[in-house]
Amino acid sequence: MSILVFIEHKDCTLNKISLEAIVAAQSIGKELGLKVSAVIPCDKDCALAQEISQYDLERVIVAKNEKLNIYTPDGYADAWQRIIEKTNPQFVVMAHTYQVRDFAPKVAARLGKELVGDCIRYTNDGGKLTFTRRIFLGKLDADVTVEGDAPYFVTFQSGAFRGDNAEKGTAQTETIEVEVGEIRMSPEEPFQEAKASVDLSKSGIIVAVGRGIKSQENIAVAQQLADVLGADLAASRPICDAEWLPIDRQIGSSGQTVAPKVYIALGISGAIQHIVGMKNAGTIIAINKDKEAPIFDIADYGIVGDLFEAVPTLVEEIKKAKG
Amino acid sequence: MKIIVLMKQVANKDAVLRIGRDEKWIDESEISHQTNESDGYALEEALRLKEAKGEGEVIVCTLGAQSAKTVLKDALARGADRAIHIINENENRLSPHQIAKTIADAIRDENADLVFTGLQSDDASYGQTGVILAELLGIPHATIVIEVDHSNLNGNLRLKRELESGWYQWFTYKLPALLTIQSGISQIRYASLKGIMAAKKKEIREVSPSIENFAAAQHIDKVYLPLKTKQTQMLGDGDAKRGAVELVEKLRTEVRVL
Repeated sequence: MSILVFIEHKDCTLNKISLEAIVAAQSIGKELGLKVSAVIPCDKDCALAQEISQYDLERVIVAKNEKLNIYTPDGYADAWQRIIEKTNPQFVVMAHTYQVRDFAPKVAARLGKELVGDCIRYTNDGGKLTFTRRIFLGKLDADVTVEGDAPYFVTFQSGAFRGDNAEKGTAQTETIEVEVGEIRMSPEEPFQEAKASVDLSKSGIIVAVGRGIKSQENIAVAQQLADVLGADLAASRPICDAEWLPIDRQIGSSGQTVAPKVYIALGISGAIQHIVGMKNAGTIIAINKDKEAPIFDIADYGIVGDLFEAVPTLVEEIKKAKG
Repeated sequence: MKIIVLMKQVANKDAVLRIGRDEKWIDESEISHQTNESDGYALEEALRLKEAKGEGEVIVCTLGAQSAKTVLKDALARGADRAIHIINENENRLSPHQIAKTIADAIRDENADLVFTGLQSDDASYGQTGVILAELLGIPHATIVIEVDHSNLNGNLRLKRELESGWYQWFTYKLPALLTIQSGISQIRYASLKGIMAAKKKEIREVSPSIENFAAAQHIDKVYLPLKTKQTQMLGDGDAKRGAVELVEKLRTEVRVL
């Protein structure tokens, strides 16, 4: 009985979030007395295998097929199906990345299973694991259990475990040639859109606006606060989707990840996709009219109320304080 | 070109959520609802694709309670041609596989060229319905689609997927295929008065299938408010202006940025 953990990579360069998955798998393995092996889908004897073999794992398995030279959901689903059928794991553990969201539910469905996705933690009650997921855009947590037999598929949200806690050791590496069927999609090379003109990761203070700003004209209100603080203006996804601010101002999983000294969230409820991009800010300040908004859970200072009342007063008082 | 768009009714983003009696979901009885955000974008992309192609049919489909019909009516008013309502009053108790299986059985015979969903629902947020559905229908899928190439629609479909941290990737798919659509793919149109009037004549077909058990289903055992990880100092006691004054004092004395 074992746990398989997915190692995500691009051209044999590790996606470091996979280390968080290793930590999750090692942790579950210790609790339940299961050994952990890593799986790397690749078209060659992956250069990454050596690096991963330096963690405390039983085996590092390279699932090899020439069609795995670039990610496709069909290719990865086939490879995973073969590896799971061959090794009969108890658990399959992955980091909840965009790539994993793309293929993991397919693998589970094909094997007559279901994936518990985007978990933030697990608890062990006498060998039966309960997984906790965030639902309703972060407003509530749900404890989830799974029926039926192994394998159990689980993915963990970024930050649920700390990658630098991955325990070191030595693992055997092994290559398993896997059968991959027809790939029904043809991928082009991944690319980065024109580099962000504003690099918010270097900002000392960020004033970010969310849905609560209500209209494009109101962005000026936030801009005034940013100006008086010498801060950069940023936004949550809906604001950029509406094109009220350019996309290079977007904070969150699909935008920039920032860690300024101070982060002021105006009318941002705090959906997980936003929080992963700013939770490491030194001081988080939230102004929101909804006292239940999840942003308050991670805020150091909170004001429940109308941002259109709070912000002009803030601007005035800051001007006074600065003399 | 026949496109089926899956849409879901979810709790309004601004709704104050109360946990239901059995603590397994929220109490939905007294909250306002809305169309799931990314599903609205999925519909918009379907309509634009049909317009670009110059022919086709857009069918909207929801799995949900009778009240979810407002989602379908709104979609018909925006330009969808007809609707399928898979009626189930306890949709929130179904597991992702059960949801996908029920939808697969209801739409299989339509033999659509494309099936669109939003990338995930804003309530249960499984983010799996589309992927499982594609597997059950035996068609390929692409998730988190942020652009569809309208320049060449004769044959294959070229689409852009969003990866993480500002990366993107184009893929080409043979049809039929299933796409899960990311919010922001385009600007959503409003329903016109003409559209609202026309919608009244459009078909909403109801089906009420029994839900099959799924042996490996996941269950929500308990929902609750997230455990707080930080001590938050709440300022102003509900008075936004007073809060602002207090905050400036904190910025000066504790955060020390002024």
